[in-house]
Amino acid sequence: MIGRKFANISRLAVSYIILIVLAISALYPAIWIVLGSLRPGKSLYSKHFIPDQLTLVHYKELFTSQVYLFGTWYMNTLKIALCSMLIGVLLTLLTSYAVSRFRFKGRQTALSTLLILGMFPGFMSMIAIYLLLKEFHLLDTHLALIIVYAAGAPLSGTFIAKGFLDTIPRSLDEAARIDGASNFGIFSRIILPLSRPMITYMALTQFVGPWVDFIFARLILRTKENWTVAVGMWDMVNTIQNSNFTLFSAGAVLIAVPIMILFAFLQRLLVDGLTAGASKG
Amino acid sequence: MRIQRATATILSTIFMGLGQIYNRQFVKGIIFFLIESACVYYFIGNLGRALWGIATLGDTPNHLAKVNGITKMVPGDHSIYILIQSLITLFVLILFLIAWVMNIRDAFQTARKREAGIPVNNFKQSLRYVRDYKFAETFLILPAVGILFFTIMPIIFMILIAFTNYSAPSHVPPAKLVDWVGFETFRNLLALKTWSHTFYGVLTWTIIWAILSTVTTYFGGLLVALLISQQGIRFKGFWRAILIIPYAVPQLISLLLMRNLFNGQFGPINQYLRYFGLGGLPWLTDPFWAKVTVIIVNMWVGIPVSMLLIMGVLTTIPRDMYEAAEVDGASNFQKFRIVTLPMVLFTTAPTLITQFAGNINNFNAIFLLTGGNPVNGNYQYAGSTDLLVTWLYKLTLDQNKNNMAAAVGIIIFIIIASFSIYNYRRTNSFKQEDMIQ
Repeated sequence: MIGRKFANISRLAVSYIILIVLAISALYPAIWIVLGSLRPGKSLYSKHFIPDQLTLVHYKELFTSQVYLFGTWYMNTLKIALCSMLIGVLLTLLTSYAVSRFRFKGRQTALSTLLILGMFPGFMSMIAIYLLLKEFHLLDTHLALIIVYAAGAPLSGTFIAKGFLDTIPRSLDEAARIDGASNFGIFSRIILPLSRPMITYMALTQFVGPWVDFIFARLILRTKENWTVAVGMWDMVNTIQNSNFTLFSAGAVLIAVPIMILFAFLQRLLVDGLTAGASKG
Repeated sequence: MRIQRATATILSTIFMGLGQIYNRQFVKGIIFFLIESACVYYFIGNLGRALWGIATLGDTPNHLAKVNGITKMVPGDHSIYILIQSLITLFVLILFLIAWVMNIRDAFQTARKREAGIPVNNFKQSLRYVRDYKFAETFLILPAVGILFFTIMPIIFMILIAFTNYSAPSHVPPAKLVDWVGFETFRNLLALKTWSHTFYGVLTWTIIWAILSTVTTYFGGLLVALLISQQGIRFKGFWRAILIIPYAVPQLISLLLMRNLFNGQFGPINQYLRYFGLGGLPWLTDPFWAKVTVIIVNMWVGIPVSMLLIMGVLTTIPRDMYEAAEVDGASNFQKFRIVTLPMVLFTTAPTLITQFAGNINNFNAIFLLTGGNPVNGNYQYAGSTDLLVTWLYKLTLDQNKNNMAAAVGIIIFIIIASFSIYNYRRTNSFKQEDMIQ
């Protein structure tokens, strides 16, 4: 009995030690970047982990600098992310509602096409989209990004959303239909309220995608005033090697914190979203 | 009375909408008529050029010509623009043909109803019919058009590029023309020594990377999930919240940051190692260590996702299975091996394959962290940590070897598609068996 108790305690002790080590390694980079943003000077190098002096000057510089138009970039990104989120979620919902609730000719074909299209390396088609946007005189505009992000949304989101909608009992639809609800009524009065967790999940992923995407944004946005935050940040550490690391850190904190807060609030939903995608495909 | 059917069909075949007007569906007929008028107007201007364009990809390069007695450079055909314009026109043509067939079918069916003496729908009734019975199709039009123009067309464009010689230095518009070359690009990629060496090298590393990164994050996540959900561990929510942080930090930030942390000269990791009297490691500059670094960093980014997923699965395992195992005198490890592991593996197997496929395409992890470096002298435009995708990126945007990049893209697609389709089939059979849920 005593032996068993001892084994139990030592098991817990080892577990706690491992957890603490893991927690430190999970937190370390995050703390490091916060401290980096508060450190005076420009360099990445520091003698101590915790700086001797703390300063907010980098945050101020981000918004006053003539070289880094962080405020403009932030607003650009916010605009693009919000617009493409709204349109993208709407399109995904339409698609997934249609394929989940209706049986029509070509449904299976549509589903497999969607699945296969999702497998192409995204930017394999980037050059083509670039030329296409050039044809339509949309280069260097935010509209172009919004269109492309939103048009791509159903591709990535439909399967997960469909999996979720499939779990909403059909008897609800049928009951409403008997009460005289139209298709659109069922969609807006029953499906939409019930799929709030899924919508939140989709909205989050649709928002974060444009927020951090820089490959495509960098290709399309040519003038500095039009850049998104991601392009600007990339530029900050990539062109002038490391010389502005503290500024980069401050920008990183401003980008990461809102997203982290969102994630923290929506943790539960994320788990549901992930498992819904996993087991119901 | 069959004459009505024939007349309506023939009229609609001749010009969209005529059959509908003959059927006394005036509003619908006029809408169809206007659509065809617009399309015909568009095709008169464009179709001929589109067919010529897709066949020849242009025939006059930039050249010198005498304009008003002065010799100067005259812009020729830009093969790539011609190709994309032709594609757009052909897509509009396909859409038009679909509408045309629908219009004929509609005219035929309405006429048949009239023959049977059923009154035809007026416009309002037609709208209501669509709302009640063709709802899904109507819903899908908007997403479908988006996908058609921004996903399918670009993919077809890129597939076509793989069969041309669109590449630097000698075939880049506008100065030069691009021609169709058939399978030559693929032959070069797979058999020509200079290219094939790089291709097989990068392919091997891509596969190794995909396997290692999937396995490490999956089992890392499993380990963490088990640790937290053990009996007797307190503050479960707290641990989970902390360990989820790497997932919440945008990859753009965390990977660029890691690149600095692992910097060989002034990165903190090496500073600590030196502090403890160990020599620093060439994390990102040595081919072998660079590979190790990307795997480690990817664990940092990827473990939280697996952890979340597996913790979700763990809660669904029925408690009585453990109780039954306890009654049989199973040790903790046996309980894990016999109950937990099979259940977790069973539910997450599809995700595992999806993650594997995703890692083959994991552009961010490599591009932001190493940029594919360190440079490998034996490779054509690729570094030691380059995956096929990042190589593709370099080939297109840095080197302008567009045809080669397109060929690589098609090969990546074939690899990933085969995995995913296999996976999809299996998931479906899972679902039908109803073993879980």
